[in-house]
This record gives sequence, C-alpha cells and structure tokens, in this order.
Amino acid sequence: MTETSEQILVERKARGAAFRMRPVAILLLPFVAVLYEIYVSQFIAQFDYLKLPLLVVLYFSLMWRNQLAALFYGAAVGLLEDSLASHPIGLFGIAKTLAGYFAASVSLRFDVDHGAIRFILVFFFFIFHNVFYWVMDQALLGLASPLEPAQTFIVAGLNAAVAVPLFMLFDKMKERA
Amino acid sequence: MDLILGRYRNLSVLLLVVFGQLLLLAYQVHNNQHVRIVRVWAVTAVAPMARGLENVRTSVHSFFSDYFILLDVREENRRVTAENNRLKLENNFLKTELSTADRAKALIEFKGRSPSNNIAARIIANSSSSKTVVLVDRGTSDGVFKGMAVITGDGIVGKVLDSYPLASHIQLITNEQFGAGVFSQKNRVYGTLLGQGHNRCRVERVQNEEKVEVDEMFYTTGEDRIFPKGLPVGKVVSVSAGPTFKSIEVVPTGIKNGLEEVLIVLEGVHQEIPPPPSLAERINLIPAPPSGSKDGGSSIPAGTPSSGLLTTDADRVAERYRAIEQQRGGTKFGAFGSQAPSFSTIPTAPAKQAAVAPHTASPNQIVPSGAPATPKPAAPVAEKPKVP
Repeated sequence: MTETSEQILVERKARGAAFRMRPVAILLLPFVAVLYEIYVSQFIAQFDYLKLPLLVVLYFSLMWRNQLAALFYGAAVGLLEDSLASHPIGLFGIAKTLAGYFAASVSLRFDVDHGAIRFILVFFFFIFHNVFYWVMDQALLGLASPLEPAQTFIVAGLNAAVAVPLFMLFDKMKERA
Repeated sequence: MDLILGRYRNLSVLLLVVFGQLLLLAYQVHNNQHVRIVRVWAVTAVAPMARGLENVRTSVHSFFSDYFILLDVREENRRVTAENNRLKLENNFLKTELSTADRAKALIEFKGRSPSNNIAARIIANSSSSKTVVLVDRGTSDGVFKGMAVITGDGIVGKVLDSYPLASHIQLITNEQFGAGVFSQKNRVYGTLLGQGHNRCRVERVQNEEKVEVDEMFYTTGEDRIFPKGLPVGKVVSVSAGPTFKSIEVVPTGIKNGLEEVLIVLEGVHQEIPPPPSLAERINLIPAPPSGSKDGGSSIPAGTPSSGLLTTDADRVAERYRAIEQQRGGTKFGAFGSQAPSFSTIPTAPAKQAAVAPHTASPNQIVPSGAPATPKPAAPVAEKPKVP
C-alpha cells in the first residue's frame, strides 16, 4: 500500500468524526432537494438530470459513517420523494435506504473528504440507485421504461461532477463536535 | 440468536426497514390504493412552499419586465412632455398588464363559453417520479376530486390523479398510463388515445379498414365518463396500417403552447363536435345541359327499346319477343301463364331490306344458330306475322 492510499484509507477517518452537521441542515436540506426536483425541472428541463435528494442522502451517509443513521435517513428522504410521486410509496424509499447504508459502509474504509473519492463514490452509488430502482419498478410494478445504460452513465457522471463542489458547500454547514 | 442479532445488528435493521417498505408496497399494489395519509402530509407540507416559490418567480419576472418598460419610458421622456410621458407610462403599464393577463383572459373566456362548470388552476410543480404528472394549486378544499377532467381552451390536458386539501396531482395526456376514448371528426372513427411519455400520443384499436386522414382532429367521446363529449384532443400527424389496427399518432392540442394555467372540470356537460370543413364548397359545378336538344335522340344507340332507355342486349331481345307475341295476339311475353317463345316462328328480316344492306343488319336481329346466311322464304306458320 502506498503512502497516498494509506492517507486516503485511514488517516482522515478520525478527522471526520470531529465534525457534525447542524440539525437545521439535516432537516432542511432534504426538503430543499425535493422541492428543487419537483419545481425547478418544470421550467428548466435540462436540470432534470440532477438528482439532489440522492446527493443529499449520499453526502450525509458518507459524512456520518454510521450505517444505522444513514439507512434511516435514506428511507426518510426516499419516502418523502415517494409521497410526491405518482407511483406507490416505497420504491425510492428502498433504493435510498440501500444506497445510504452501503455508502456509510464504504465511508468507513475511505477518506470521503477527498474530491476524487467523492466523485467515484457518487458515480457508483448513482448507478447503483438507478439500477436498483429500475429493477424494483420492473419486478414489483411492471412499470419501468427500458433502462438506457449509456444515458445512465452520462447522467451519473454529471451528478458526480456536481456533487464535488456541492459537497464542499455542504461542508461549510458542519460544526465542531 | 442474540449473538447473531448483536453481531449483525446493522444488517438486521437494514433488512427490517427494507422488508417493511416492501410490505407497504405490496399492500398498495394488492389493494390498488396508495397510503393516502402519507401523501396528504407530504403534499400539504410541500405545496405551500412550491406555491411560495411560484409567487416569488412571478413577482421577480414582473419586476424585471416592469423595470425594462420603465427604461423605455425614460427614453421617451426626452422627446415628449411630462404629461404625455405620464400618460404613456400609464398606457404601457396597462398594456403590460393586459399582455401578462392574456393567457388567463383566454382561459376565462373559454370558461365562460364552455357549458361545463370549470375551475381555473395553476401548475406549481412536477411529480418527483415523472415529468408527465404535475401538481396544481387546487385541491379538495376547492371541490377538486380524483378522476376530474383537466382541460384548456385548446383541448384536453389530463385528469386528476389524486387530490389533497391544497393541491392535486394531474396526470397529463402524455403520461404512459393515460387513456381516453376518442373519435375522429370526419368519419367518426372510434379509438383509444394513449400517452407515450413524450409530446405525441397514439390512437389504438382503429381497424385498418377505417378511414383516418392526416390533419384530421380527434375529439373525446364522453364514454370514458371522465371527459365530456366533444372536447378537442389532438390533430393526426401520421397514419399507417398495422397487422390488424392502424398506427395513428396525434399531437395533443391542449398542451401545445406550454402549460401554466389549466381548467379543472367540476361538472362536465357533453357537447357536439363542430362539423368538418365542407368539401361541397370547393366543388365547381357547371349548369345542367338544356333539355330537348335537337340531336338528343341520335345519341341513343340503335336497337334501344322504344322507351328510349339505355338497355342491354338481353333487354333488346326481350323487346323483340314481346313485339312478336303482340302480333300473335297471345299472352304478353314474360307475363304469368305465358309460354316460352318459339324460335322457329321468329320472322326473318325482309328480303328487300337484306338485299339493300346485307351488312348493316340491326344488331338486335336474331339469327337462329344453324340458319343459312342467305335469306330463305319463311316456313309456313299458323299465324304469319305481317311484314311491312
């Protein structure tokens, strides 16, 4: 293992634990993200690709490094999103529960303050979330439209690119424990 | 057991939470109804925020448009008097008000014309799962309920999918789950309109034998019990024959200009569809030919019965037999109780006429088969017909 990888994997673990998020941000950000998703996209269709609720879940899951907190937070945001959708409640809930849980699991092993790591993780978990959502939509409800791998990869890349500066912005909301 | 649960506590909780949500999904799918209370809370919490955002957006938009209008007025101030400027400013302001209210005014005018009882609503957000489901600012408190039709002056827009106290979800005509009974304007061809997830819909269940033309309009039938009969749906842009049914694509007219305000039909009234543009107006007819022209009779072919009507060879033979029977004084040929005609008694053409024009015999002259080409004296018969 090189020095850099050691730095990435181990060193920052304790540093992250020294901070915690403001409760207001924890409660308000999901609402803002869902509102963005349902409101902004009706005027600017190009912004439809940006899945802010998922990015918020991934950010908190990666920062908390707590699987239980991450899975409950993912479930809450997913259910909020479901309740504003036209499909049965639970699809986004399950997908975001799993995404949050596994993101928190991964955060125990990586330095999630590193921009490149954040990019890769968001890219991976975006695809994981979308594929899992599509599978459930297809298997449980038979409603899904065909999955387009190329488009999914491009959108995942765009979301990951947005996530890096966005997570830096979210970092400003952290306070010392 | 406790050891396992303790060791895999996080995984156990994950499985429990996922399983709980799966149960929730199964309950909704099994009962074909959503968990209404959760949706009511969520929509009630989010709808005021969306409405506030929409108000901020429209305020900012009108502020900037007013600002630029004021800049124009300032330029005008250099050339005209203060009084004129004041009037122009007022005039411009009123014009702006009118232009911004144009859409709402058109909607109100349509509302006045429409026999149905409608309520105007504004779109405030999209659904989080689909862009073909939108949220409007009218709910059960305004008398809006699930299943109501949503229209504009140009045509149908969708239907109410769910209604909550302050807002309602509208399923747009372009949604994949949307369906409505429709029929065509010209030929009254019935079909089912289905959304496709984009800005074109298709009409299904139209037999290949039925006639549907490009640019033809489709209207609602009213038989789906959602949309009143006679509302415009869309214009046909392509028609092609399929294995059994036609493949028809329609561009919805109700959403072609973008959507901001819509009308929700509280009480629908069926109406007739307008007649298609008449083709007779475009046909140029010349006047009828004058009756009793000089050479009117010459156009009738030789051998045509005395009635003057155009007939077949069989009619001409029958006419000839009737004449023979009349000369005999027997029963009318073809009448009840008459006998079959005797071919041996058919008179031959007069020798004189045959000698003069042997090759110009009348086409209706019957020559029995096997008879000689040259005329022979007629065989003696009981009643010989008189030859002129």
